[in-house]
Amino acid sequence: MLLIACPWCGPRDEAEFHYGGQAHVAYPEDPAALSDEEWARYLFFRDNPEGLFAERWSHTAGCRRWFNAVRDTATNEIHAVYRAGEPRPVIA
Amino acid sequence: MSERSERTGGAAAQPHRREGASGRVLRFRFDGREYEGLEGDTLASALLANGVRAVASSIRLGRPRGVYAAGSEEPNALVQIEEPFPEPMLQATTVELYDGLVATGLPGQGRLADRPDPARYDAVHAHCDVLVVGAGPAGIAAAGVAARAGARVILADERPEPGGSLLGTAETLDGRPGREWAAEEVAALAALPEVRVLRRTTVLGHYDDNHVIAVERRTNHLGAAAPADVARERVWRIRAGRVVLATGGHERFVAFAGNDLPGVMLAGAARTYANHYRVLPGRRAVVFTTNDSAYAAALDLADAGVEIAAIADVRQAPGEAWAARCAERGLEVLTGHVVTAAKGEGEVSSVEVASREGGQAREIPADLLLVSGGWTPVVHLFSQAGGTLRYDEELGAFTPGETRQAVEAAGFARGVRTLRACLEDGAEAGRRALAAAGFAVPAGPAVPSGTAVPSAGEEPAAAPAEHLWLVEAPGDGGDYGTHFVDLQRDVTVGEVLRAVGAGLTSVEHVKRYTTAGTAHDQGKTSGLLTGGVVAHALGVDVAELGTTTFRAPYTPVSFAALAGRDRGPLHDPVRVTAMHEWHVARGALFENVGQWKRPWYYPRRGEGPGEDPGEDMEAAVLRECRAAREDVAAMDASTLGKIDVVGPDAAVLLDRLYTNMMSTLKVGSIRYGVMCRPDGMVFDDGTVIRLADDRFLVTTTTGNAAAVLDWMEEWLQTEWPDLRVCCTSVTEQWATVALVGPRSREVLARLAPGLAVDNDSFPFMTWRDAEVAGIEARVCRISFSGELAYEINVSSWSGLALWEAVMASGEVTPYGTETMHVLRAEKGFPIVGQDTDGTVTPQDLGMEWIVSKKKADFVGKRSFARADTSRPDRKHLVGLLPEDPGVLLPEGAHLVETSALPEPPVPTLGFVTSSYRSAALGRTFALALVSGGRERVGERLYAPVGADLVPVTVTSHVLYDPEGARRDG
Ligand SMILES: [Zn+2]
Repeated sequence: MLLIACPWCGPRDEAEFHYGGQAHVAYPEDPAALSDEEWARYLFFRDNPEGLFAERWSHTAGCRRWFNAVRDTATNEIHAVYRAGEPRPVIA
Repeated sequence: MSERSERTGGAAAQPHRREGASGRVLRFRFDGREYEGLEGDTLASALLANGVRAVASSIRLGRPRGVYAAGSEEPNALVQIEEPFPEPMLQATTVELYDGLVATGLPGQGRLADRPDPARYDAVHAHCDVLVVGAGPAGIAAAGVAARAGARVILADERPEPGGSLLGTAETLDGRPGREWAAEEVAALAALPEVRVLRRTTVLGHYDDNHVIAVERRTNHLGAAAPADVARERVWRIRAGRVVLATGGHERFVAFAGNDLPGVMLAGAARTYANHYRVLPGRRAVVFTTNDSAYAAALDLADAGVEIAAIADVRQAPGEAWAARCAERGLEVLTGHVVTAAKGEGEVSSVEVASREGGQAREIPADLLLVSGGWTPVVHLFSQAGGTLRYDEELGAFTPGETRQAVEAAGFARGVRTLRACLEDGAEAGRRALAAAGFAVPAGPAVPSGTAVPSAGEEPAAAPAEHLWLVEAPGDGGDYGTHFVDLQRDVTVGEVLRAVGAGLTSVEHVKRYTTAGTAHDQGKTSGLLTGGVVAHALGVDVAELGTTTFRAPYTPVSFAALAGRDRGPLHDPVRVTAMHEWHVARGALFENVGQWKRPWYYPRRGEGPGEDPGEDMEAAVLRECRAAREDVAAMDASTLGKIDVVGPDAAVLLDRLYTNMMSTLKVGSIRYGVMCRPDGMVFDDGTVIRLADDRFLVTTTTGNAAAVLDWMEEWLQTEWPDLRVCCTSVTEQWATVALVGPRSREVLARLAPGLAVDNDSFPFMTWRDAEVAGIEARVCRISFSGELAYEINVSSWSGLALWEAVMASGEVTPYGTETMHVLRAEKGFPIVGQDTDGTVTPQDLGMEWIVSKKKADFVGKRSFARADTSRPDRKHLVGLLPEDPGVLLPEGAHLVETSALPEPPVPTLGFVTSSYRSAALGRTFALALVSGGRERVGERLYAPVGADLVPVTVTSHVLYDPEGARRDG
């Protein structure tokens, strides 16, 4: 079980969190302006890298806040956590 | 204490017990026979003391098997405890003996208990700076250094007493028995305020971020004397700053003919039985070794009175000091020799020894064959934690390599050989752990003064081991059919060679092909041996092959322990409404909806025994439906999800999440709404009540309440943080009574004399605050049945009082969820999650009208313009009338076009989602999702049910009162 550092509450057991998939996939500004393919890309396509991945987590059994984390999908190491709306930090 | 407590185990009762052994006598039964053992015994040591050789039989070949090891690595001696409580698949070597124990040997697999387990199991979360796994020399040293500097330390060990290898070797520290040193040192540590010592606690799994799971066996060893109020086992969920794995090693054996016969035993195990348990596992022994460690075992057994017939050492040169000691004692050492076979009927009676150079084999009579194929560090947890392993040439085994977790191995677990070196290594690990945890590391000597690690006894310099995995045996007929590599799975060298011959060259593949290493013991003694034999067959180095993956749990764990308190009524939270006790008293049957208990239906009870059996479900539901349609009925609707949505932008949020317009809703009014996912599929539905310009009360389906709140939060926090809105769950703050039927207005008027209930004053889809039965209430004119209906909401505290007031006159019929389902289905109202499955749009449900054309955007809107959502063959919600009005279709039944089934695959048009008997229609009916369903109204389709094809007619999904004439009473 991961130990995840909620930016609001500090380190807590993974069991307190819900996973929210890839981060920084914004709801399109004007969905009506998108082609079917562009809309389908927003709906159905997500990255699945081996390595660093910016993803969303929600501290559902804690402060109930959404935040983002950069996790290495190969090692499970979390390199950064940051609040929703903040830019993805650069990981050296 | 038994009245025989003063007696010591006599030679007659326990013929293999060493002279001078003392302790309380314990009586037990094994395989139907009575035996005596001594306090401190395991079942294995007690059986050996009684001369019991064959303890179990093997799983595939049914060969007799005896005790092979002395700890949790035991592959052979599997037993089942029968009394005091049945427990399957235990190792006799880890079952502590107690008075009244009844056990049987197993043929490789056990039987589940045939009665409920009355014991309690629980779980604890714990945090520490340093977790030390293993209370042998290295672990005690590590824990000592860390604990005395003030760190929070947990020291866990699987055995009942600390000491690890010291218990079996009888080594001395500062001239004292190592066992004494360990006991005193651990007692001193346990007295420190920040230290927790967990005995009988096996660390099973090592997960991410040093999350470690251990199971403590608290009362198993007490048998029938176990206090009922203490948990039998406790799961420890430990989050450790740093972990020191001082898990020691397992001895491994060598593959030779008959290496599974009772009487063949690991040399170190035999040493433990002689030294620690005061038991002689045989009278006359041959020792077969690849390394020096077995010499110490041979000498200890000789001291204990076992005749050592010969020591066959595969090497030309054993350690000089050991050779000298053997010479002193007159023990014959056969260098460059191997054991080619253990022989005997059901147990060892002789051992065949031959020179590796060839020549005549020699058969030596013996009842015990001690084997040492070398020692394997216990790296399971290190590997589980994500650490890499590297091959140690000298050791002939894998040791810990790199890891990114804050974990390190110490002592023999990382290949450190001697006792003194293990103590020092443990202390070093303790210092590193302290530094990592931010404590001042004690300066100066290796260990704090006054608590110095005692200087270990002199250990003879070691000669290198030779790594021999397999004794080639042309005399065996060449099939290697009794050269076992995995005793528990009955896997032989013959099978490994067949696997390799079939082209499998990885140990992982050989493992799967042969099942070697997959048993209960997880290949503790066999894993490396299997690899060695594969390497031998392929002519490669073991180092190149690597190991199979180590997985949790390290030793088997009972489901009861993992379940802990989360079983029976505590398995899942049970939610009940304020009116629950009334429903129970009225004899309602309940349905689980999410975690809620909802009244399902209220059967009329029979009048007396025999005469009148009362109502069955069908009769009760038809009666309740009739009351709601023709008279007046009430349902406890408190479980509907309720969310307070408050703030200046509340209307904006709801406009974006619902498919229809909510901002135009007037204060005092109510609107039905549907929410979709961005893909356009229906997610939830419910009503929205506008309480003020900036305040709405949203209701959700019972099962989706939490998901809808999460959904709102997710959008607010991640997409629209600029919206000033707060969402709060108020589901449990309100109790709700749905009052339904043509006479509901009349009943409400009586209960709420101050409320104008006529249709003009209180029209459909509006709400009013009023006093109902003297209780402050909010009354909504909402109908989920098509009838004139009200939902009366009061504070939960007043829920029961309101319900009792509604029921007081006796004219209102209580109804449950089944009737609610029938009533709404007759009207074609879908239930999200029953008539939808995440692939259904509002248009599919025939609810085009709920999808706003005016709003620029809302969640899901763009998807309604996708080609896929306007396909003409999409499944639509329709009604079905079986041609035989008495036939009830099963929900889930498929629908086909033809009256005879074609060859498979049979094209299906859709399936039944809801199916009921209707009092109002006087027949059965169903709702279904049918491809192009709206275009098929009037068509005949067929539902395959068992061997029959049931003909049905497709109709509109609204079967009752399609004009909506009944809504206003
Ligand atoms: Zn938090």
